[in-house]
Amino acid sequence: MKTFYIKCMKIFAFVLCLAPLFMLAWKGFNSALGANPIEVITHSTGKWTLIFLLITLSITPLRQMLRLPWLIRFRRMAGLYAFFYGCLHLMTWVWLDKFFDLHDMWADILKRRFITVGMAALLLMLPLAITSTKGWIGRLGGKRWSTLHKLIYASAALGVIHFYWLVKADIREPVRYGIILGCLLLWRLGAWAIPRLQMTAWLRGFQNADSSPTKVGSE
Amino acid sequence: MLIKKKSDIPSSEITPQETYFNRREFMIGAAAAAAIATGARYVGEMASPSQVVHAENKLNVASKSPFSTTEAQTPYNDITNYNNYYEFGTDKYSPAKLAQTLQTRPWTVEVDGLVKKKKTYDIDYFLKTFSIEERIYRLRCVEGWSMVIPWDGFPLSSFLKQVEPASKAKFVKFTTKYDPREMPGQRYGVLDWPYVEGLRLDEAMNPLAILAVGLYGGELPKQDGAPIRLVVPWKYGFKSIKSIVKISLVDKQPPTTWNMAAPNEYGFYSNVNPNVDHPRWSQKKERRIGEFFKRDTLMFNGYGDQVASLYNGMDLKKYF
Repeated sequence: MKTFYIKCMKIFAFVLCLAPLFMLAWKGFNSALGANPIEVITHSTGKWTLIFLLITLSITPLRQMLRLPWLIRFRRMAGLYAFFYGCLHLMTWVWLDKFFDLHDMWADILKRRFITVGMAALLLMLPLAITSTKGWIGRLGGKRWSTLHKLIYASAALGVIHFYWLVKADIREPVRYGIILGCLLLWRLGAWAIPRLQMTAWLRGFQNADSSPTKVGSE
Repeated sequence: MLIKKKSDIPSSEITPQETYFNRREFMIGAAAAAAIATGARYVGEMASPSQVVHAENKLNVASKSPFSTTEAQTPYNDITNYNNYYEFGTDKYSPAKLAQTLQTRPWTVEVDGLVKKKKTYDIDYFLKTFSIEERIYRLRCVEGWSMVIPWDGFPLSSFLKQVEPASKAKFVKFTTKYDPREMPGQRYGVLDWPYVEGLRLDEAMNPLAILAVGLYGGELPKQDGAPIRLVVPWKYGFKSIKSIVKISLVDKQPPTTWNMAAPNEYGFYSNVNPNVDHPRWSQKKERRIGEFFKRDTLMFNGYGDQVASLYNGMDLKKYF
């Protein structure tokens, strides 16, 4: 029953995640992408890459704060969609912007720092996408796999920097993405540090209790 | 004391238990959909080239100009819906909506500084005094896109001769209207308001430099800089300041808005130059609005014959 329910939700989520692409396609068919459709496609696919990276990174905090353990089962899909939109974003650049001019692309990657970091962000996603299968988790072992997949933090950070370095003067939007990413990473830092601090405090209390037992209740 | 150590991530956390779809097929399908969508607009445009002119208040355009290009003109719809006009939002689609609050009548242009006729001119003065020419110019934005726009206006030099600059005057400074109630973008300090621009006096006197009051034979739409704006086609678009309320003749190089915002990226001269990259992107090529393939950017935006001599002996990499 529960599995069936989640299966249905997954199909729904899968289709929903394609909505940005279909919106672009729909507007393309109806000549509604404005004067510079290639720019719209480039910006839109880039933005959705970032959004899906942030969604992927929200899943663990959300499932713990809202106590919805099954949310984890949507994480891979979100991550792969981030990679998918990232690939579309790259393809837009390679095809519609550079027309497969390898020399020109390489020069840009070396010379334009926003392209350098953008490319790095996408490259970092590649091993994550490849090892997203059950088989790879088995081959790597859960612990190594999860260490490898911490690369998403770097990828998302580089993605935000890529956006920040691109804008001409109005930094509000990239900063907004940066703040959300910052919150998501801080939450992880907290989740990592707080139990350790508590453990230290508890252990200290334990030692103290050993040597000089504290009174519980003064009455 | 037993400290429970967290085990490796349980497999249920990592992997959904069922594969719900073939991922590879989905990737290919989606990529194909994107490709088709991209192509569609261009195919559609080839089938029915749109050239609807909505210009409402017709101008009395007296003559054509030998300076006009014969290249295909960018559709009116694109010229009026894709604008960089930060006073009305930093994306290119906002000005068409937000600029409609701008009050363009009454409108005056104040002339001051090193000039004989310090005076405030009404917008109607310009329309009555100067004969309006059509100037079909290329416009190259510093961002890497370009248009071909049929402006209607008159040479800036005609006006400057009327106000009689003093011999000490070396530069012309232009100022855009400042009114955050009408220009919502000015409520946010993304740039230092009001917008200011400048030209060397000899640049301003060049016959290519015009004050435009219209396009496509009608009054300038508000998002395109109504009621009066500068057009200097051999420079990046941001030099062509919009909705001018003040023109000052000065002896020193005036501050200019984008130069103040990022001096290493936007120079005072900002001549279109494919050999001098923007620090963050190349200026070698441009996307002409409505075209699929990028085209090469031309030195001085193709106006070298008329303006190159203004910069004889200048290192254009230094004075970018």
